[in-house]
Amino acid sequence: MQTVGKLMKVFLTRRIPPEGMKILSAAGVCEVSLWDSDEPVPRAELLRGVQGAHGLLCLLSDKIDAEVLDAAGPNLKVISTLSVGFDHLALEEIKKRGIRVGYTPDVLTDATAELTVALLLATARRLPEGVEEVKNGGWSSWKPLWLCGYGLSGSTVGIIGLGRIGMAIAQRLMPFGVKRLLYSGRTAKAHAAKVNGEFVPLDTLVSESDFLVVSCSLTPETQGLCDKAFFSKMKNTAVLVNSSRGAVVNQEDLYEALTSGQIAAAGLDVTTPEPLPTNHPLLTLKNCVVLPHIGSATYSTRGIMAALSAKNLLGGLQGADMPSELTF
Amino acid sequence: MWCSRMALRRLQRIAVTPLNITGGLTSSAQREMSTLPRVYVTRQIPPEGLKILSESGQVQFELWDSDDAPVPRKELLQKVKGVDGLLCVLTEKIDAELLDAAGPNLKVLSTMSVGFDHLSLEELKKSVCVCVCVFSCRGIRVGYTPDVLTDSVAELTVALLLTTSRRLIEATHEAKTGGWGTWRTLWLCGHELANSTVGILGLGRIGVAIAERLAPFKVKKFIYTDVAPRPELASIINAEYVSLDELAKQSDFLAVCCALTPETKEICNKDLFSKMKNTSIFINTSRGGVVHQDDLYEALSTGQIAGAGLDVTVPEPLPTDHPLFTLKNCVILPHIASASYTTRNAMSALAANNLLLGLRGEPMIKELKL
Repeated sequence: MQTVGKLMKVFLTRRIPPEGMKILSAAGVCEVSLWDSDEPVPRAELLRGVQGAHGLLCLLSDKIDAEVLDAAGPNLKVISTLSVGFDHLALEEIKKRGIRVGYTPDVLTDATAELTVALLLATARRLPEGVEEVKNGGWSSWKPLWLCGYGLSGSTVGIIGLGRIGMAIAQRLMPFGVKRLLYSGRTAKAHAAKVNGEFVPLDTLVSESDFLVVSCSLTPETQGLCDKAFFSKMKNTAVLVNSSRGAVVNQEDLYEALTSGQIAAAGLDVTTPEPLPTNHPLLTLKNCVVLPHIGSATYSTRGIMAALSAKNLLGGLQGADMPSELTF
Repeated sequence: MWCSRMALRRLQRIAVTPLNITGGLTSSAQREMSTLPRVYVTRQIPPEGLKILSESGQVQFELWDSDDAPVPRKELLQKVKGVDGLLCVLTEKIDAELLDAAGPNLKVLSTMSVGFDHLSLEELKKSVCVCVCVFSCRGIRVGYTPDVLTDSVAELTVALLLTTSRRLIEATHEAKTGGWGTWRTLWLCGHELANSTVGILGLGRIGVAIAERLAPFKVKKFIYTDVAPRPELASIINAEYVSLDELAKQSDFLAVCCALTPETKEICNKDLFSKMKNTSIFINTSRGGVVHQDDLYEALSTGQIAGAGLDVTVPEPLPTDHPLFTLKNCVILPHIASASYTTRNAMSALAANNLLLGLRGEPMIKELKL
């Protein structure tokens, strides 16, 4: 006899790593409907696929707004996102409908902090430029000042947003001989003591840092934070790194700052939009390194994120605890 | 901005005295100057060092006034004739021919590098005093620049390791050429340092500094190999001494940090690569000659190892048609490990001070024991 009627319906907006799929199928409580591709689900497909769903597992490239929630209907009790960011979820609408939300903090902290430090170093020490010079014949012989960059030794690092990821970044930078670690945010953090972090006003951080790392979440307050006024206060030898969300940075103002020598260089793992169009001016600059949002892209981390998002989904479906529930 | 000419001008503004290429003394002092020791400087070294030489009042020096191209061999052989001191960089081969050309006045050689494989040590170590070949027979002392560049080199090595393991060059390329679609779960995934084993081939100052920088990435274990155990250095980073074979077998990340000697020449060859994990990352910022490049190409193209990052090659520069450039999983940099403004200036200053101290017959700050 078919037991399909007893199974709850879930919709997955993408093919997810096997660690996650295994958990969903082994649980035996849901019938999985899936956009079986590595490419994003088209909007029309998404609106169709969520109809009647009890649970939705999505990625950060899916906008979950009132339209999607309406299309899903009253069965929907849990949304599980394969990300730590949740700016793609219309939280007010979700809250109104009493839907629970799972996300994936912590498990991606190491991979993201590692990538942010990789990006900082690659930008400060001009690795992509070096690689290009080697490939196109620009390398003739050892020269004392060629491709010199800025070292971390003796420097001041400023972290905007000393949360899980900001803290992990700070810890990884310490043995490079950083002299001062500044941070800014809404409140001082007790854990900052572990990295001798000094809580300072944003303006102080901006004007005194040699390396500025943006590690805050995207909110109405942080949207467009890094703009013309911000860049004008930075040192002209300073390097900016953003691995949080693209919208925290005003990209036109950044382009101006980089081309006028107002700041030395920038490394971005996140942009507006994503993908950044290939004819975007930032992609033409030697002193701007752009990565295609790979902060958490390691095999082990993506597998763990998939498993966690699957468990979050099951918890929500069964009215039980979720390993990582978003409180909002 | 990054332009090296602008950087040089910026640094020169820091140097107080405008530099006179032939030694910084006015013509009215030329008579006294003629008895001062003569020095040849083989490159336009960063301003700190030139400032020290010219303000010392101790030497008259001539300079190959380019920061770009090395001094041509013929010019070099001509200019070293009769010098008392020679300040060089690693592009000059200091061999018997050059020492002959210099003649018996040469007492001090100062290299602006920590590597000394461009100095013919084989010749230097000969105990028989053959008048044409031997540094020690001539009483030539050698200064070099360890320590001041350790931080910069360790930093670049970690930068290269992360760029390789997290596929940054592939990623920047995809971002520029339209390969970047929207976020995908397994695209451009790399290998994490967390829970890994890092192996160091040659545990010296630089090897320790690299390990110190890698530790907070949650590396599980550090191992190393060397000609003999180095307990003092190893204890700083809690590293276990293993054989070269074990280093190959256990390492998820293998960093080569040894000097280039006859013993280490091409020690990273197919024998080593065949024992490594197929998920492992190989990094070399020591000297190109430690790696058998054809064997490395084989290992990378057949998936025997996952990726490699090189800051040093044979030759330098590596010709742009070399097969290693065809591999997505091979990152090659043009020998920039010590290339930070502060470090290159510190190396320049140290090389100048080593030279001046040597000429005064005093202990150098950093002298190479031959």
